[in-house]
Amino acid sequence: MNTLLNRATPYLQATPLAVILGFFLAVPILLLLIVSFWDYDFAGMYPGWETFNYTDTLGSWVTWKTYLNTLKYAAMVWALTAFIGFWVAYFLAFHVRSATTQIVLFLICTVPFLTSNIIRMISWIPVLGRNGLVNSGLVNAGIVEQPIEWLLYSDFAVVLAMVHLYTLFMVTPIFNTMMRIDRSLVEAARDAGAADWQIVWNVILPLAKPGIAIGTIFVVTLVMADFSTVQVMSGGQSASVALMMRNQMSLLQYPAAAANAIVLLVLVLVMVAGILRIVDIRKEL
Amino acid sequence: MSKAVEIDIASVSKIYGKFTAVDAISLKIPAGSYCCLLGPSGCGKTSTLRMIAGHETVSRGDIALGQTVVTDLPPAKRGTAMMFQSYALFPHLDLVDNVAFSLKMQGVPKEQRRAKAIDMLRLMQMDAYAGRHPAQLSGGQQQRVALARALITDPEALLLDEPLSALDPFLKVRMRAELKKLQKSLGITFVHVTHSQEEAMALADLIVVMDNGRIEQAATPREVFERPSTSFVARFMGDHNVIPGKVAGAEDGRVSFDVIGGGSFQASGAPLEAGSDIDVAVRIDRVRIGESPINGLGFSGIVSNLEYRGPSVKLTIDGAGISDFTAIVSDTAFFSTPVDVGDAVPVHWDAEDAIVLARANS
Repeated sequence: MNTLLNRATPYLQATPLAVILGFFLAVPILLLLIVSFWDYDFAGMYPGWETFNYTDTLGSWVTWKTYLNTLKYAAMVWALTAFIGFWVAYFLAFHVRSATTQIVLFLICTVPFLTSNIIRMISWIPVLGRNGLVNSGLVNAGIVEQPIEWLLYSDFAVVLAMVHLYTLFMVTPIFNTMMRIDRSLVEAARDAGAADWQIVWNVILPLAKPGIAIGTIFVVTLVMADFSTVQVMSGGQSASVALMMRNQMSLLQYPAAAANAIVLLVLVLVMVAGILRIVDIRKEL
Repeated sequence: MSKAVEIDIASVSKIYGKFTAVDAISLKIPAGSYCCLLGPSGCGKTSTLRMIAGHETVSRGDIALGQTVVTDLPPAKRGTAMMFQSYALFPHLDLVDNVAFSLKMQGVPKEQRRAKAIDMLRLMQMDAYAGRHPAQLSGGQQQRVALARALITDPEALLLDEPLSALDPFLKVRMRAELKKLQKSLGITFVHVTHSQEEAMALADLIVVMDNGRIEQAATPREVFERPSTSFVARFMGDHNVIPGKVAGAEDGRVSFDVIGGGSFQASGAPLEAGSDIDVAVRIDRVRIGESPINGLGFSGIVSNLEYRGPSVKLTIDGAGISDFTAIVSDTAFFSTPVDVGDAVPVHWDAEDAIVLARANS
């Protein structure tokens, strides 16, 4: 009896997490996978083993265009957040001397996250709109005659809002990695005659790679799955994969949306696997 | 060998806010010598080294290497190279790129700098590991790579910040010998920061003992050992008992003094005013067991601790107003008249083994 209990102990200890992950991750994905092979019409879903949800999705040029558009957002947002995130983290980690100031500045970075995503996004509208702050400022200053149209409801607005929403997800892991860089390495580089930019390029950037990789995973997965930002900021003029799924769901085309979700999941997993192949992040975990 | 330079430190201070880490020290380190900056932690030895290296700004005073005043020059323009305490090897680069780093910064073409780095690794007998990363090396190997990296710039002076502190005791002794050999063969000036008396004694041509941001004594190891100039040096080097007292009188190069609430003693030294404070150092290895033939060169006390050390025995004795008086006697001498903890034992020493010290705060 006792030996049985001993053998069961590790399994019992693993049970709570296994149950949580099972119910909230494995089962939903499994259901999604099953439903993606079902048939449907306007009135209901019919269990089956059909592949036309996939062939329809992958065979449509709209899908491909939407995916390309989403990837374009992901690439632009990634490049901008990585650039901003790296320099913000670099400033916090290497140029702020006292640990207290460091923490305070870092907390200031997180303050916007205490408000909801939607609110932060929507607050761009009075800033960027036709009669918004930026446009009325430019017009009143006489810099432009007509309000600039592409500020709001455009790709520019989408990328701007996403960068605003997601930069912290880049700053945090990079800052974390940079704080672990031994300061004597910077001195050793300086002793070897390295200029500031050479230190950043040859020492800090290579050693911050794991943090950049983790931030990249956050940002890419968030952008790939985003639908509200794209819908609100593009004014419905641009599409993203998640937005396409939402539209399918609102038309009760659940199996089609499920197939779409599986395709997106595979794509994102491939991207994450690619990032992990390039950068070894294990020592950061 | 003409490459070596003299390092001239002229009343240099380092002040952090209200805290004075280094207090107006002056020191000349002769060209081609091995100098050890020795002291307890927080004594200012590392700040001094870092000021010579250029990693710390000088608050007051000047530092010159040879004929060049380097006070305001960046580290790489001083002709010095620094070896860091934890070696600070770049974890993302292999050994060749680590060693070639400074050449890369200067813009030396890749083939050329890699060839020179491999030569340098060969000099340190590390060429077999050229493709490895620092994490794959032992402590001693990392030190050799750090040396190779520091020396590739052909420095006139090598600055070492506690280079042996990360090594286990056995390796410490071996790498110490390697450092000494390297310094001899290169002929350049080495400045080595350490808190280990043994290390400084073994390596240095010039020992600079520091405390509270000041130089207590700068002299050859033999002089520091035999004639510590202050009670701090005598206590820190650990080879002397320091007996504090009040001067009673002086004659014939002998000073007699009284330990407060204890006995009267004599010491060699210049005459001092009666009634003034005095510290006297007595070599612990010159103390013998037995009654003194001369008054004032010995006392009787109770043994409070015994340590057997193989060739010698260390006794700790309290008596005549002196506490924790240490005596190291040879095993033959000890076991001919063995004593135990709690026994009363007479000890004595020769007149020339008791010397008067300068007061640290005078």
